[in-house]
Amino acid sequence: MAYTKVAKKYSGKINEVTLGTGDKAITIGGRNVLPLHHFDGEVGNPPKVGLEITDIVPEDWNDALKDLYSDVIGDAAKWAKYVEDNYAPDFICLHFVGASPDGANKSVEECVEVAKQVADAITTPLVVAGSKNDEKDGELFAAVAEALQGKNILILAAKEENYKTVGAAGALAYQQKVAAESSVDINLAKQLNILMTQLGVKEEDIVMHLGSAAAGYGFEYLSSTMDRVILAALGQNDTTLQMPIITPVAFDTWGVKEAVASETDEPEWGNAEERGIHLEVATAAACLVSGADAVIVRHPKSLQTVKNFIEGLLQ
Amino acid sequence: MGLTGLDIFKLTPRKNCKECGFPTCMAFAMKVASGAVEIEKCPYISDEAKAKLSEATAPPMKTIKIGAGDNEKALGGETVLFRHEKTFVNRPLFAVQFDDQMADDELARKADNIKKVDYERIGEQMHAELVAVKYTDNKDRYLEIVKQLKDLNKTFVLVCDDAAVAADAVALVKETKPVLVGANADNLEDMVKLAKDNGIVLGLSAAGIEDLYALTEKAQGLDYKELVLNTTGENIAKTFEKTIEVRRTALEGKDRTFGYPSIVFVNELAKGDAYMQTALAATFILKYGSIIVLEDIEYANALPLFALRQNIYTDPQKPMRVEPKVYEFANPDAESPVLLTVDFALTYFVVSGEIERAKVPAYLAVPDAGGLSVLTSWAAGKLGASVIRDMIKNSGLEEKLTRKRLVLPGKVAVLKGDVEEELPGWEIIVGPEEAMQIPKFLRELD
Ligand code: SF4
Repeated sequence: MAYTKVAKKYSGKINEVTLGTGDKAITIGGRNVLPLHHFDGEVGNPPKVGLEITDIVPEDWNDALKDLYSDVIGDAAKWAKYVEDNYAPDFICLHFVGASPDGANKSVEECVEVAKQVADAITTPLVVAGSKNDEKDGELFAAVAEALQGKNILILAAKEENYKTVGAAGALAYQQKVAAESSVDINLAKQLNILMTQLGVKEEDIVMHLGSAAAGYGFEYLSSTMDRVILAALGQNDTTLQMPIITPVAFDTWGVKEAVASETDEPEWGNAEERGIHLEVATAAACLVSGADAVIVRHPKSLQTVKNFIEGLLQ
Repeated sequence: MGLTGLDIFKLTPRKNCKECGFPTCMAFAMKVASGAVEIEKCPYISDEAKAKLSEATAPPMKTIKIGAGDNEKALGGETVLFRHEKTFVNRPLFAVQFDDQMADDELARKADNIKKVDYERIGEQMHAELVAVKYTDNKDRYLEIVKQLKDLNKTFVLVCDDAAVAADAVALVKETKPVLVGANADNLEDMVKLAKDNGIVLGLSAAGIEDLYALTEKAQGLDYKELVLNTTGENIAKTFEKTIEVRRTALEGKDRTFGYPSIVFVNELAKGDAYMQTALAATFILKYGSIIVLEDIEYANALPLFALRQNIYTDPQKPMRVEPKVYEFANPDAESPVLLTVDFALTYFVVSGEIERAKVPAYLAVPDAGGLSVLTSWAAGKLGASVIRDMIKNSGLEEKLTRKRLVLPGKVAVLKGDVEEELPGWEIIVGPEEAMQIPKFLRELD
């Protein structure tokens, strides 16, 4: 018997979504095959990798990273420019940790000011992430979307609790892109996408944030949710699930024990920065293979590795 | 998979004699097809037909055993491409590779790393299960290294395409049931003979997918089926393709020629980049690697890879649970606080890790909360005041403690009033919402 390839043809296709403007604009999605399955058909746009920066000095970050950025860490605009010049990520994620009412509780006006400065300092596409407080983020995103009109940013993210504010302001009034965030469940993801489109947000303006998890911390739920979403999007041509996926890997991986525990606490484990990078690249690779079209990482070495990884898989 | 009722009907003598307990051969055949009855119930089925049936109902991917005694592990035997369809069954094994060009200090360092990385995570012992030793051109050194590494008490993967050298190496470690990776189109017959004579698993290598297919057919033609397939290709993209195609051909294409476990040399693909090696190893944990070969193992790469493997190879039908009981940390006494969480393994693991990190004596009470997370079990009525009361009353803690303090997870702060009513004499404290805040919380608790 001769070898026969199992043909894989899907009726559905992942939507294309463009972020940013000008030469550095990026497009994600566009494939009609499983993630990175270049041998099956149209693999679409290569997945994109973004680097995280924060609006205020991120006290809980790994010390080595804070040292690396010590000259720019106090000024988000300088930091963004530094990252753009030195590491050339596909996009930059400005994470408003300072907006959290449980933390620095920066006002919406202060945050908007930071967003404007960052956006003016760079030409790389921008993703803005919130503080995890739905109410505050709703206001923050609406204001940032307005202030950065024309920049074609991605807002990360609208949730069931605030999608009306975020969707209406972000996508409808100011034509930005919006990520719809659900918590690791295909039905919740689908429902939020439907709610967003019913609000009038166009499908090609939506990206999905299906939840996130570090390797070892329930990652199987995320991976299987991605599998199911993609099989429905491609195999059943379910248009309510054909939005490309973004996963903020950095937000989880640098917060778990394997990355956080100091060398004093876990002498056997060795350097914490090294552990963080390995955990970050393992999680990012697992997300990409499962179906993420974009991932956000924190460490420049993770960025470089994941970019090489994608290139290697698609060479 | 398998045969239809009609296919099986054709294997019966069609006598409708009823001896099987069914009115007709057809009725019998339908039951056999559904798996409800054994084909042996019909006394007239020929051995030939039985063989045909067992061939047709055999799983699409073979389960291969390697290693001896406590080191024995199963590879392959998977039935689905996506874990949510059923479950993945045999977790991939990790090998660390040595070769005959290595200096003594390098060899000692790597062997030492293998010994060091050996720890428990949610009830599972994590360590590199295999050592791979690759032959390049120095036979004496090769054999010497194999001998030296026996002390590690791991299962060997002998990577060697020279049948004569391989024979000597196998002779040194054959009782440990090693894998011999090195059969190719040029040496297949010698290698199959060597593997057969020693009862060990043979790894097949060929450049392209078609070549690998042809080689596997040939090995099967030599009547050897204890195989693993080296799906490493010339680069990362080709390896990804080959590994996926092999598994897919077996499971979806129902072609058992590719129904064997795989071995992926991510160490070769990473070309010395340790981070890239981790990214690739993670990839093949998800996408169908059965043996994953690494250059080196340290906690930095082991922690995420073993953790990821543990996640991906849990049974999606069974959430991982820990035993409901009172766990103790840092020798708690009659004054120590009692924390409360649920029996969902993930939650327990995170919470207990943080209590350990705090290094403060404490009890952790884990009621039977249905294996759900804190909020889900509360919403499902499995973590209410009465459940907590029964747990505490039956735990013996009331008798043991002179100072009775119970810390509720911050996420179920609403339960405080009810629990206070149910547990008179206890001080009910609302703890942090996130496990990360536990060390600080415990240190500040007077
Ligand atoms: S025992 Fe065999 S031959 Fe007789 S009825 Fe059953 S299947 Fe048919």
